[in-house]
Amino acid sequence: MIDKIFFNFTRFSALLILIIVAWIFTVLFNHSLEAMNTFGLDFITKDEWAPNLDKFGTQAAILGSIISTFLAMLLAVPVAIGVAIFLSEIAHPKIKGLFGVSVELLAAIPSVIYGMWGLFFFVPIIRDIFGGLGIGLLAAGIILAIMILPFMAAVTRDAMNTTPDILKESAYALGGTQWDVIKDIIIPYAKAGIIGSLILALGRAIGETMAVTFVMGNVHHVPKSILDPTTSIPVTLANEFTEADSSLYFSSLFGLALTLLIMSFVVIAIAKFYFLRKARRA
Amino acid sequence: MTAVQKRVVINKIALALSTISALIALGFLFWILGVLVMKGVSALNWNIFIFEGAPPGYDESGLKHALVGQAILIGMATAIGVPVGILAGTYLSEYGKNSKLAHTIRDISDIMMSAPSIVIGAFVYAVVVMPMGHFSAWAGAIALGIIMIPIILRTTDDMLQLVPGELREAAFALGAPKYKVILSVVYRGAKAGILTGVLLGIARVGGETAPLLFTSFNDNFFTTNLNEAMPSLTVTMFNYATSPYEDWQQLGWAAAFILSMFILGLNILGRVILFAGKKRK
Repeated sequence: MIDKIFFNFTRFSALLILIIVAWIFTVLFNHSLEAMNTFGLDFITKDEWAPNLDKFGTQAAILGSIISTFLAMLLAVPVAIGVAIFLSEIAHPKIKGLFGVSVELLAAIPSVIYGMWGLFFFVPIIRDIFGGLGIGLLAAGIILAIMILPFMAAVTRDAMNTTPDILKESAYALGGTQWDVIKDIIIPYAKAGIIGSLILALGRAIGETMAVTFVMGNVHHVPKSILDPTTSIPVTLANEFTEADSSLYFSSLFGLALTLLIMSFVVIAIAKFYFLRKARRA
Repeated sequence: MTAVQKRVVINKIALALSTISALIALGFLFWILGVLVMKGVSALNWNIFIFEGAPPGYDESGLKHALVGQAILIGMATAIGVPVGILAGTYLSEYGKNSKLAHTIRDISDIMMSAPSIVIGAFVYAVVVMPMGHFSAWAGAIALGIIMIPIILRTTDDMLQLVPGELREAAFALGAPKYKVILSVVYRGAKAGILTGVLLGIARVGGETAPLLFTSFNDNFFTTNLNEAMPSLTVTMFNYATSPYEDWQQLGWAAAFILSMFILGLNILGRVILFAGKKRK
């Protein structure tokens, strides 16, 4: 009797996850119907965002999300791989432990703090070097890169650490240098895991709100250069959700939220189910 | 240069590059931490814990409202997320095991763990704030609770699976029903792991800002009314930091410092508990 009740409780809780996810998709879809019906494809192909005229085109936000994430990946990936190699192969065991834990702890620092630091300390530097306002895609990309770096380095290191010692030792026995072992043994062996980890970090970066809200500028124009202020999907949501006053405005924001959810769902699913699963099987 | 010498030189260059990238990463991260500590500590004083928010320029302004609001929000989120997460994890590990349903739930929950938190905020806005007609602490706590569930679920599932099957069999052999076995044998065996999961889950949602922006919103005054907008450290920090007033920005840094210490503390505590648990075995 109690056994059955307990079982049903646990099963209901587990099913609740599926229910919530389905519910999220349904709610976001239903609320964005109005915008989709009104604008059709224009919703994602036009960049005119004029709440006073009831015109909502999200191209600038979508492009802003993609470009800032791309910039962040471009900057963070090489450094993260370097850090991961350092942590798994080069560092002295004592440093490895200490540095490894501090990287993991840094991954736990709330992203709003990275954003605050960026606004007060990093934007002025960009302004001094490149001129202009300082806020914009470049600042957002760099701060995003710094923010995802610890997470990226930690998961990439974990992927590299799955290489069996015996493979590495065999390569050393054949006279390989450390770099030979890294590039010919570890990277080929852990390839799927490394790529999966990097894409997983990408999925996080796309949805990141607070690190970039401070420095993006929230201007709905497709930028001419990476120094121009622009916007991204999460930045638009964070800035405008409490300001929306018409149902079409709300509907457009829900449409953006749905777009963002689908983008990150697809990216994370590719990372987890294609690359990381393959890595586990190997 | 012989082939061997060439390889040795390339090796040195590659290792140096890798070490340099580690130093670059460390440099940036210490810069951020340094700023956080310097700015945060210089902005700390007792007024912060005594006074609530005030207009810029007032000496008697503090963060009491945000600290209490944050504690209420996290407490409520924990009350939602932890039971659901632990029960769901129990189902996966003890009943579902390798069934198709269990794997689907694990996969979906894993994706949810990395899904954008601001989208959860939008969802809660639609299902809680819109029907209620106004922002509320409930909405904020529900949003944080939803974010917490997948984290707790994952660690509970993993930790329960680490409990050896022989322990369960021994309890069954004594005639214990399954729920009893789970409650008094499996949970006990996985106690440290589950606790660590809970602490990490709290640390994770404690730093969330985005899902609170339009659920619990913000308030510059002290409140414990769960039906009203509720201030939180993170949203207060965001508002103060983006304001043009120097003294508000100072308070923003103090809030950032307090929050980071809280979250780092929870992370370290979680690790210590897990480590101590492992050692005892």
